[in-house]
Amino acid sequence: MLTLAGIRKNYPNGLAALDRVDLTIADGSFTSIVGPSGCGKSTLLRLIAGLASPSQGRIEGQPGTIGLVFQDPTLMPWADVESNVYLPLRLAGMARADAAPRIVEALALVGLADFAKAYPRALSGGMRMRVAIARAMVTQPRLLLMDEPFAALDEITRNKLNDDLLRLWRQQGFTAIFVTHSVFESVYLSTEIAVMTPRPGRILARHVVAGPAVRDGDFRISQVYLDTCRAVSHDLEQAMAVTA
Amino acid sequence: MSRFLPLLVGAIVLAFWEVFVRVLQVPKFVLPPPSLIADALVANLPQLLDALRQTLEMTLAAFAASFIGGLALAILFVQSRLIERSLLPYAVVLQVTPIVAIAPLIVIWVGVDHVERAVFILATIVAFFPILSNASFGLRSVDPGLADLFRLYRATGWQRLWLLQLPSALPALLAGARISAGLALIGAVVAEFVAGSGEATGLAWRIVESGNRLEIPRMFAALLLLSLTGLALNAAIAGIEHRLLRRWHVSHGESS
Ligand SMILES: Nc1ncnc2c1ncn2[C@@H]1O[C@H](COP(=O)(O)OP(=O)(O)O)[C@@H](O)[C@H]1O
Ligand SMILES: [Mg+2]
Repeated sequence: MLTLAGIRKNYPNGLAALDRVDLTIADGSFTSIVGPSGCGKSTLLRLIAGLASPSQGRIEGQPGTIGLVFQDPTLMPWADVESNVYLPLRLAGMARADAAPRIVEALALVGLADFAKAYPRALSGGMRMRVAIARAMVTQPRLLLMDEPFAALDEITRNKLNDDLLRLWRQQGFTAIFVTHSVFESVYLSTEIAVMTPRPGRILARHVVAGPAVRDGDFRISQVYLDTCRAVSHDLEQAMAVTA
Repeated sequence: MSRFLPLLVGAIVLAFWEVFVRVLQVPKFVLPPPSLIADALVANLPQLLDALRQTLEMTLAAFAASFIGGLALAILFVQSRLIERSLLPYAVVLQVTPIVAIAPLIVIWVGVDHVERAVFILATIVAFFPILSNASFGLRSVDPGLADLFRLYRATGWQRLWLLQLPSALPALLAGARISAGLALIGAVVAEFVAGSGEATGLAWRIVESGNRLEIPRMFAALLLLSLTGLALNAAIAGIEHRLLRRWHVSHGESS
C-alpha cells in the first residue's frame, strides 16, 4: 500500500503547490487523480516518483520499480523505437542481448511489434505514446504513474489507448495512478478517484467506482458510469468553488 | 537543373571577365584574365599544392584541437556552474581579442624558429569559441522530461552524458563545427600572414610572395585554391552532419 500523509510542497519561490495531502492507494488499484489545472497533480506524481521530495509529510510504500508516462511521449528522437524501450534496462546495466526478449515483449504488449526499427518522428502521436508506455512497462514496474498521458490525442485514439491500458493493467497487475482532467476518462478507467482542490492542492473527495472488472463500450452507457460521472463532476465543481 | 545554376553564373562571369580585361587592355598585374590565372595555376601546380597541403594540415590540426578542447571544456562547464563562471570570461577574452594583435606575442613565446607552432596556436584560438559556445548550449538543451526519466532510472553521470547530453547537443555541436572549420582555415591563413616570414611555406605566404613580385596571376591561383579548400571543408562537415542527423532531426526532414 502506498501512503501519503500530511504532504506539503513549497516551491523555492515560496509558492505552496500542495498542502496537507493525505492519500492511501491500495496495491493493484487503479486510482485517477482529477483536479483543476495548476492544482499540483504533476507535483504530486513527481513526489511519488521520488523526483522531488516533500517539504513536509511523508510518503511510504513506493515499490522499487516505478514506471512513468508524461503528457508528451518524451522519446529520444535520435534513437529508434527499440532503443527507446531499451533505455530503462540499459540504465540498469543490462546488456542489449539480455534485454532483447523483454523489449520484444514490451513492444508486443502495446501492439508495436513491427515498429522496432522506426524513428519516433515517423510515428503518429498515438503510436509515440504507445512507445512511451512500452518503455515504462519494460522494467515490469509495480507502480505505473501517468500524467495526463492521452490529453493531446484525438478521442478515437484515446479510447483505444484507454482500453489497451486497462488490458495491460489486468494482465500485469501493477498499481496505476493516472492524472487526468477528464472526469469521463477517470470513471471509465479507475477503481478509485481522488478529486483535488485548486492550489494549494489537497484531496477534497474520494470515489470508489463500482464498475465491472472488465470494461468496454457497454460500461460507458451503464447507469453506474453515468451516476459516478455525475458525482465526480459535482465534487469537481465544489473544488473549483473553494477558492472562487 | 537548379544545381547547375551557380556553375552557369560562374561561366558567364568568367567569360565577361576575360572579354572585359582583353578589350580594355587592363594590365595583367592589376587584373589578369582567367586564362592567365589558369596558366599560372598549371605552371605552379606542384609548388602551390605543396603550400596548400601545409595550410590544410595546419587547418585540420587546429580544427581537431579546438573541437576536442572546446567540447571537453563545455562538458566541464555543464558539470559545474562554478567552473563555468570561473573560466568563461577568459574564453571570451580569447574570443574577442583580434588574433592579429596577439600574434607577435605568440611568435615570441614559441620562438621565431617555430612559426608553424605559432600558426597552429593562433588558428586554434580562432576556431575554439564556436565549439565551446555551441557545445555548452547543446549540452544544456536537454528535454526536461528525459532528464526526469534518467533520474527516475538512477542513471550515472556518465550515462547521462553519453546517452542524453551528447546526443541532445549533437545538432548544435555540428553547427559549431561547421563555423569552426571555416574559422580554422581563416585563422591558419591570417596567422601565417602576420606570423610568417621566409620560414612559412603555406598558401598565405605564397600569396604575400606573389604580391611582392607582382605575379598577380599566381596570386589569383593561390586564392582560388584557398576558396576551393574552404568549400570542400564546408561540404565535408555538411556531409557528416547529414549522415548523423538525417534520420531524426527536424533540420533533415523527409520532405526537404
Ligand atoms: N518548478 C516549479 N517552480 C515553481 N512553481 C512551480 C514549479 N512547478 C510547478 N509549479 C507551480 O505549482 C503549481 C502546481 O503545478 P502542477 O503540479 O504542474 O499542477 P497540475 O499538474 O495540477 O496542473 C502550479 O501553480 C505551478 O505553476
Ligand atoms: Mg500537470
